[in-house]
Amino acid sequence: MTALVSGACQAGGGPGPESGRMRTSAIAATGLQKAYQDKIVLDGIDLDVETGTIFSLLGPNGAGKTTTINVLTTLTRADGGTARVAGHDVVTETKAVRAAIGVTGQFAAVDELLTGQENLQLMADLKRLSSAEAKRVVTGLLERFDLTESAQKLASTYSGGMRRKLDLAMTLVGRPEIIFLDEPTTGLDPRSRRTMWNIIRQLVADGVTIFLTTQYLDEADRLADRIAVLDQGHLVAQGTPGELKRQIPGSYVRLRFGGDLELDTARRLLTGSARDDEGDLILRVPSDGGAKSVRALLNQLDDHSIDVEEFSVHTPDLDDVFLALTGHASTDLANTEENAR
Amino acid sequence: MSTDATIMLRRNFKHTVRNPVTVFNAVLFPIVLLLMFVYVIGGAFDVGVKYVDYLTPGIIILTICYGLSGTAVAVNSDMTKGIINRFKVMDISRSAVLSAHVAETMLRTLVAIAAIIGVAFAMGFRAHASFLEWLGAIGLIVLVSFATSWITVALGLAAKTPESAGMAAVPLILLPFLSSAIVPADTMAAGVRQFAEYQPFTPIIETLRGLLTGDPSASKAITAVAWCAGIALVGYLWSLATFTKRA
Repeated sequence: MTALVSGACQAGGGPGPESGRMRTSAIAATGLQKAYQDKIVLDGIDLDVETGTIFSLLGPNGAGKTTTINVLTTLTRADGGTARVAGHDVVTETKAVRAAIGVTGQFAAVDELLTGQENLQLMADLKRLSSAEAKRVVTGLLERFDLTESAQKLASTYSGGMRRKLDLAMTLVGRPEIIFLDEPTTGLDPRSRRTMWNIIRQLVADGVTIFLTTQYLDEADRLADRIAVLDQGHLVAQGTPGELKRQIPGSYVRLRFGGDLELDTARRLLTGSARDDEGDLILRVPSDGGAKSVRALLNQLDDHSIDVEEFSVHTPDLDDVFLALTGHASTDLANTEENAR
Repeated sequence: MSTDATIMLRRNFKHTVRNPVTVFNAVLFPIVLLLMFVYVIGGAFDVGVKYVDYLTPGIIILTICYGLSGTAVAVNSDMTKGIINRFKVMDISRSAVLSAHVAETMLRTLVAIAAIIGVAFAMGFRAHASFLEWLGAIGLIVLVSFATSWITVALGLAAKTPESAGMAAVPLILLPFLSSAIVPADTMAAGVRQFAEYQPFTPIIETLRGLLTGDPSASKAITAVAWCAGIALVGYLWSLATFTKRA
């Protein structure tokens, strides 16, 4: 067993479950910097992604997520810093890096003039799978992604969700060790989104390392082992979902009352409640947002005959995370100078 | 043995088969031109020899250029439709995608040229070329097709949209019309004549004409081959540079 090995050990080994508790880095980057003309996109990014885990890079549009992926996948060269992917340097060992990774970008990279099956076959050919192996892999992926029925149709006739699925299926041909997913669920309907999450979880169960970017806190929360929050080229926080959520305000229930009397009574009654500074007659009550606690809260108000005009549950979103971590809202990029003071 | 380039070539073939209009267009238009010039317009021309014998080498070169706009559009679509980003992060030859476009264009062109030579023979075209001269003619056709394909790939890469890529290839298609393809350059108006004499397609067409009539000129052949080599080299280097730059 490898129990005696502690700390970081040489990366580059297979991602298989045999690596056990040995802590290997699938992706390790230090001080990544990138600027386009005078605009700094990445300003000293350090990343460390453990083999066989899901790592999520969370940030709003323009934070530098795609640039980070482009640097790590050899598409763009960083101006400064170093990065090793699957144990290979992204600048000096591009071939080895490319052989180890799979990338699914924001826009489906499928050949529209080929059928779904031909798209997968093309990948199998480029990965030099034997024809028997290719047939097995292609059929298997079509089934797994629920594309068997549309396999003989041109990809140009596919819906957005089907294209995403085909795109990811193409990435999986040849079993890459590390998979990069750039906003894999942006623009997908809720059902396709859930399917995508299940596929991602399944991949990690097979020992693959996943690096995914997202704008959605709940997505990172549900999937990732570790999350890094990116803001204007800086990592403002890094940790497990639990660690990050401890740094941000919890969810709360928002109540609107008909008059000051009701509001004051309610405020005295509900511990921890506070008046919302945005609108009058609105009270914020800390709550986990679960059905049980919400029912208890409403019953409590009912018992005291306090009328509530409007009621909503607010769970923390990316905006709250940003506000808490950076002191400015994620959409507030234009006003950052003021906020930075 | 399949290489990255042959796998890509198979992909391009599937595209072409799915879009047969391009092929019909590339084969039919030059034939229509040949028929029109020989039977409708050419009767009024006096070029010193039987007109179909004069015109056929010119139409062959015109056929090569006419098929290029499809290539420019296809190359640009590859770059703008996202699939290229997948190829770029795979461990495959960087130039395979581009070489496949060149090979596909050349094969499509050769089919069209075989058709046009067949029609020309049926219309009374007679070559007085020896076996070696035929080989030389075929070699020149392949070389011109190779060179123009690479410059077209570069134009397709440099264009922003597939539509503008199609437009970028238009000057290449028009250039043979302003050469000695259809009538001798010395019958043209001053200005156009000088242009026709010094542009690359005139020595190329004159060399092909010389080979097919069994009267090749070495100096013209050298100029023609030099032009082809130059165009191919510029096209190749320009293509690779643009390809690397476009993420």
